[in-house]
Amino acid sequence: MVLKAFFPTCCASADSGLLVGRWVPEQSSAVVLAVVHFPFIPLQVKELLAQVHQAGRVELAVLGTWCHRRQGAEESLGHFLEGLGTIFSHEPWLQLCREPGSKLWSCKATRRQVPPRRGAPYEDQVMLVFYDQRKVLLSQLHPPAALPDRQAGDAAPSAGGLAAVFDTVARSEALFRSDRFDDGPVRLSHWQSEGVEASILVELAKRASGPVCVLLTCLLSLVSAASACRLFKLWPLSLVWSKLSVCEQLRHRLEQLTLIFSTQKAENPTQLMRKANVLVSVLLDVALGLALLSWLRGKDRIGPLAEALVPVADHVAEELQHLLQWLMGAPAGLKMNRALDQVLGRFFLYHLHLWISYIHLMSPFIERILWHVGLSACLGLTVALSILSDIIALLTFHIYCFYVYGARLYCLKICGLSSLWRLFRGKKWNVLRQRVDSCSYDLDQLFIGTLLFTILVFLLPTTALYYLVFTLLRLLVVAVQGLMHLLVDLINSLPLYSLGLRLCRPYRLAAGVKFRVLEHEAGRPLRLLMQQVPGWDPLGCA
Amino acid sequence: MEDERSFSDICGGRLALQRRYYSPSCREFCLSCPRLSLRSLTAVTCAVWLAAYGLFTLCENSMILSAAIFITLLGLLGYLHFVKIDQETLLIIDSLGIQMTSSYASGKESTTFIEMGKVKDVVINEAIYMQKVIYYLCILLEDPVEPHGISQVVPVFQVSTEQLSKVFSPKKICYLSPFSAFLLLLRFSRNVNSSCQDYLRTPDSYF
Repeated sequence: MVLKAFFPTCCASADSGLLVGRWVPEQSSAVVLAVVHFPFIPLQVKELLAQVHQAGRVELAVLGTWCHRRQGAEESLGHFLEGLGTIFSHEPWLQLCREPGSKLWSCKATRRQVPPRRGAPYEDQVMLVFYDQRKVLLSQLHPPAALPDRQAGDAAPSAGGLAAVFDTVARSEALFRSDRFDDGPVRLSHWQSEGVEASILVELAKRASGPVCVLLTCLLSLVSAASACRLFKLWPLSLVWSKLSVCEQLRHRLEQLTLIFSTQKAENPTQLMRKANVLVSVLLDVALGLALLSWLRGKDRIGPLAEALVPVADHVAEELQHLLQWLMGAPAGLKMNRALDQVLGRFFLYHLHLWISYIHLMSPFIERILWHVGLSACLGLTVALSILSDIIALLTFHIYCFYVYGARLYCLKICGLSSLWRLFRGKKWNVLRQRVDSCSYDLDQLFIGTLLFTILVFLLPTTALYYLVFTLLRLLVVAVQGLMHLLVDLINSLPLYSLGLRLCRPYRLAAGVKFRVLEHEAGRPLRLLMQQVPGWDPLGCA
Repeated sequence: MEDERSFSDICGGRLALQRRYYSPSCREFCLSCPRLSLRSLTAVTCAVWLAAYGLFTLCENSMILSAAIFITLLGLLGYLHFVKIDQETLLIIDSLGIQMTSSYASGKESTTFIEMGKVKDVVINEAIYMQKVIYYLCILLEDPVEPHGISQVVPVFQVSTEQLSKVFSPKKICYLSPFSAFLLLLRFSRNVNSSCQDYLRTPDSYF
């Protein structure tokens, strides 16, 4: 296999020194992480590598030498570098060299192990791949999550292919903590050697998050313990809780807050992204809710809204009355059975009168209720939308009742019709065998059965029409509620943090890599530049 | 080292294949597709505008004409950006992987890189196109869940030649390593008589 040397672009202009990194024998690739400059003491270099090994569980070693000849080159440097190969023994030993002021590189990889056939040291063909260390470190192209049956404390599973390179750079963060202004024993060159990147806000947030998380976790656990108490599991309350969508939303919100403020650190990037997404959606939700609240309070809109609500309910009831009157007449030119029509129509009209009087009873309390609903928008726009959806459900309860009556009546009629149709044909339903069997009926049974059958058939259009009309009304209400729930689900589950990262920092969400062949000369090693491709990965290769 | 040959595709347009040899372990194959012809562009634009003018004389609403202009412009931009491929490049790097780049007429480039460890096999697939049989090269990707299964089939170029099937049966190709199989197949395409049916077509509808 060709030997691949992954070299960071930031070290291409560094002074001569030792190459420090990780050797992956399965892919025959050497990942160079930093360059150690002269003067150094070999023991201190080995100590530093042992420290990084402990911190990140990644085995680093001195891979070779890096020679960047400046103007007025020293010839002795070449011999000195070759002598270093005896102090830090590594198979294979890399020797990278760059000519001054040109883009020409030369690479040599020697193995001291003598293969059985040849007598001289064996040289491998080398391919140089340049990578941007900062972007590789910050990108999320890490190996997949460990298998669930792995015990905690085991060594991390080895990643394959390019994921190994990304994994190595990510685990060696301890190596990049010092910059050139530090007075450490060893002088390194890497992506942060010009100055360590840090942000005061991030550091403060990290310090403050500890106690805040603990406090909020206690509060949330109290709330969830209170909500799980026995009182709420009694029959009428449990039914009400399960039907109201605002309870569902509050429970979901509680779960989200518990996830965000949990004291456990996220174990892998997937969990971190999930936490971040949940946090951003909660923040957006609360911001939208507060905006709604300020809009409601701004021009004191609650009063006029409450006053407009009762006339709207009255208007809806009046429209329903007109509809029932129309059905009781000759709707769409169809001729209905007068008696049944009158009975059903009057029954529904009476129900409607009850409903209107109930609304009028409630009207003094509407403003107070709306005020409290507006206050609940502090918890988020989703909660306010859920309450609105519940209010719509309560206000259109009579339509739901009408639908249930119509559906029950229609269902009974259809059952009766099917059974009597079987009788008409001389068959019956065998419950034991779950099939239709023939049956011999008496003459009077047949007579009465046929009579009932004809009655039901002629009454079918009336019932079917009532059923159709009220089902359509119910569908309309369900559609409106469905839209609101869709909006609530959208706000709950949209991964806004990932979308934001994709727009502002695309290298954090690397989907894959792409290679570009750099200027090439015959006899020189091949040089490639590895770049990240942002976005999603269609072939699932990353 | 560069090498250029010209072929024609199934529809008759001219194609140019350029082969670059960077090193013993890295090669690039570049296929340039026929450009957008002025004749077809003019024909489509005239058809759309004539239809819009016909509707305008019926409805007397000038919004139709502006809508037709917008549709033509947006359609052309969408076609150039999403559909019309100018050039397809295949870069093979030994023991790293295979990279396929498509560059569109609007300048957009979409790259896919497949690591060598994920390549299970390289095969030649047959397909029936109208009245003839064409052959195309495919990369089979490994399934991480099932070691003997295949997760995806990725077509690369489409080589249609009768002589190819006589000399290389698909089984023979499977026993070579993916890298050498590629080189063998693509080196062979040079030996085929170009005066016979030698068609190279880029599958721009695959990606």
